[in-house]
This record gives sequence, C-alpha cells and structure tokens, in this order.
Amino acid sequence: MSEPVLQVSNLVKKFGELTPVDGISFEIRQGEILGLLGANGAGKTTAINMILGIVTPTAGEIRVFGKELAKERIAILRRMNFCSTYTQLPGNLRVWQNLVVFGKIYRVPHLKTRIDEVLEMLEIRHLKNRISGNLSAGESTRLNLCKALLNKPELLLLDEPTASLDPDIADKVRKVTRRIRDEEGTSILYTSHNMRDVEEVCDRVVFMHQGKILFIGTAAEILSHFQEESLESLFIRVARGGEIEAASAS
Amino acid sequence: MTLSTIQALVLRNLFLYTRTPVRLVELLFWPLVDLLVWGYLTVFLQKHTGDTFPYQITFLIGSVILWDIIFRAQQGVALYFLEDVWSRNLLNVFSAPVTNADYLLSTYAIGLLRAAVTSLMLSVLAILLYSFNLFELNWSLIPFVFNLLLFGWSLGMISTALIVRWGPAAETLAWAVPFFIQPFAAVYYPVASLPPAIQWIAQCIPCSYIFEGMRDGLNSGGVSWSDLGMATGLNVIYLIFAGWLFVRVMKTAREKGLLTKFVSQ
Repeated sequence: MSEPVLQVSNLVKKFGELTPVDGISFEIRQGEILGLLGANGAGKTTAINMILGIVTPTAGEIRVFGKELAKERIAILRRMNFCSTYTQLPGNLRVWQNLVVFGKIYRVPHLKTRIDEVLEMLEIRHLKNRISGNLSAGESTRLNLCKALLNKPELLLLDEPTASLDPDIADKVRKVTRRIRDEEGTSILYTSHNMRDVEEVCDRVVFMHQGKILFIGTAAEILSHFQEESLESLFIRVARGGEIEAASAS
Repeated sequence: MTLSTIQALVLRNLFLYTRTPVRLVELLFWPLVDLLVWGYLTVFLQKHTGDTFPYQITFLIGSVILWDIIFRAQQGVALYFLEDVWSRNLLNVFSAPVTNADYLLSTYAIGLLRAAVTSLMLSVLAILLYSFNLFELNWSLIPFVFNLLLFGWSLGMISTALIVRWGPAAETLAWAVPFFIQPFAAVYYPVASLPPAIQWIAQCIPCSYIFEGMRDGLNSGGVSWSDLGMATGLNVIYLIFAGWLFVRVMKTAREKGLLTKFVSQ
C-alpha cells in the first residue's frame, strides 16, 4: 500500500491554558477526500493551519508526501494548495492579475493556459478582467478555488469552501471538488459545517470535538457508531454537549 | 530563495499601484507638500539673511529629499505586510512556498522603487523651484543614498516585526517608527545642536552620519569618508539585528498563532 499523502500523528497545539488540538492522528490516502467535521472551536482550523505551517505544533508530527513538514516546508507547500472562506485575494487587483501573481509564486508552467483552464473549470472565465473586489461572494469563492488549483496540487486543503454560498454555487463547488479528485487524483482535506457537503463529497470523515477526534470513518459508519439518523443531528448533539464517548476507529 | 517568487511578490505590488492611482497621493503628494513647505521656508530665510545665509539652511531642501528616501524605503517594507492584512490575503501568502528571504527581498525591492520614484520627483522639483541641486554631490551621492536605503529597510523590518508581535492594533507603527528616531537623526540640524546629554543617541543612528556627511559634502565639495564609514558599519549592525528580529518574531508568530489573528480581525 502506498504511503499516505498526509499523515498527522499525535498532533497537539497549546496556546497557554487552551488546547485547541489535543493529540489527533489521521491520514489521507492518495485521491481521497477526507472531511474534517466539528462545531466551532473543535480545532479544525487550528489543525489546518498547522498542516499549512502557519502555526507550529506543540507536539506531534505532520508528514506530507512522506516528508516531515517541519523540515521541508517550502518543498511541500509547492505541491499543495489552500482555499478558505476566511481569506481573499487582493480586492484591488483584477482576477487575472491575482492568478498571475500566485501562479508565479507556485512556479506554474504555461501559466496563461493554466489560468484559462481553472477559470473555465470554475465557470468564471468571463470574469477574467474584473476587479476581484467587485465579485459576488460566490464568484470570490470560485476565484479562491482557481488560485488553489493553479499548481495542480497533490494535496488540497479546503476550509469551509461552501460557507456563505447559495445552494446552486455550493453544488457547483462540490462537483468541482469531486471532479478534481476524479480527474487529477488530488487528495483533499475538506472542512465544513455543511452536513450535505460532508455526506456528498467526503470519502471518510474525521469528527472532532474540543480538540479531540471522536470518530474516523465513512458517514454511514459514524451514524451507525453514534446511533444517529443524520450527521446533522449528531453534529447538533455534540455541539450542545450531548454525551459523546471519545472513541476512534479507522 | 527563488527569483520567480520575488518577482511575483513585487509584481503584486506594482499591480496595486497601477490599479489604484490614489496610492500615488501617498507616494507623491505628501513628499511634495514637505518640499514646498521647507523649500519656501528656505527661500523666505534666504531673502531675510542675504549674504550671511548659511549653507546648512539651504540643505533643508536636501534633508527633505533624503529623509524621504529612508521613509519610503521603510514604508515599502512595512506597508507591504499591511497590504496583505488589509486585503485578507495574509494566509494565502504565508501558506504559499515563500521563504522569509523571498518575502524580505521583495519588500526591499518595493522600498527601493518607492524611494526612487519619490526622490527623483523631489530632486527635479528642487532644481526647478529652488535651484537646489542634490546631484552636485556627483558620484558620492550613490553610497550615501544606498546607506539611507539600508537604514530604511532595517526600520521597515523592525516595524513589521513589532506589528506581527503586537497585532493589528500596532499598525500605526508602520508610520510612527521612522519618526521615533527623526529628532535624533540630524536630518534638519547638526548633531551638535542636540543637548550634549542625548548626542550619544544620534551617534548610534546610521543616518545621522549620512546627513552630517552630506551637509559637509555640499559645503566643501569633498566626501566625508569617516561619516560614510561609520554609517555603513552601523547599517550592517542594524540590518543584521532587524533581520534577526524579523525571523525571530515570525517563528514566535507561528508558535503563538499570531498570523491567524490578523485574519480574524
């Protein structure tokens, strides 16, 4: 069996007294979409920030493409990319200008062609000359995704990519996510509050609560384990402090 | 360090200026206001002192131009970081394959471009409006100006490090840091004008030697090698310290999650 694309082992992050991530371990296999699910404060974003190297872990290890992130961060980042609802590309630049800048940073070959490809894929090619700050929320999210796809990443981190999108655009984003995985074999770590996202898009789900992993498995396995009818009802039960036994299965 | 990454980061800033002409106000308008105020003050003093007019006062115009080189170079580094904060682009940049060296070198380049644009405009206007020609210093101008750039870059790195460490509330340091040192930097008056008890502060600041040296140069026509040597030596120390501080603070920022706080503001 090939080495996991991403391997997180006993990852801990402490900020003073707080421990937003408390000893989590999981891995993503080649071409897998792994959902990171949990209420606000579950530790999802902190975990993603550690995988991106923006936050240094207090303990534990992150290996990407078999390499240790702490030692080969730049080489690893060249082969991955990131898109978050909470970040934007500079609003005063045109769409194509933003993509040129990031394309050069990621050393994308045949950049002009690739920019057209990603804009086409996300159905925003007609916005190429628009000012990024004038885009709607849905268009802006798709521009962020274009940036994230520019370098054909082998590992893609998507932090709540459908938040604040209308159902039509959210559906398109989900379809694109699956298409990238199917066509390019990209491994994807996908965080979301949207249960439909998780059920439709993710092969497996890491369910987090208060910095710990409650369960890892398919959506069906999670429902069966916690004897719930839907991920949404499980999510609400956990968020409202319902009795949940910390357990893990892979 | 990657040339294409540095080019991309510089390009991003150039796009900003071509896209938002109002930014030229900051780059051209305020320096122009300074030049006009100090220039006409010089003209006024010249008229009322006649032949006894000391060359140091003429150099006020040169001081405006040369101080602006420090300020624009410092702003090039410090505002570069804030541009990413304001546009919520910070995590995109710091989650990309950008090393500290790539980042710093691109800010230096932007600082150099900003200083070049402003100082060129001011120098030409100083000749046209006040017959003050900074280029009388000929080739000796180059090492002096280069030293001012070095000092501006150091101040820029220190400003950025402090903003990263103390968070968005410390943004104002991007403008304030150069003015903390200006009273002691011999910009508009010689070090000897300062009270003896605080002259040592001026002696620890590289640009005080530059301004002193250039005043001497314009007066005597020669080059003050000792001033130039002191300025260069101090600048090397400042650059090493500022670079160390920047790298240290970025490490702390990753440990404490400080960069993510700029996103959630």
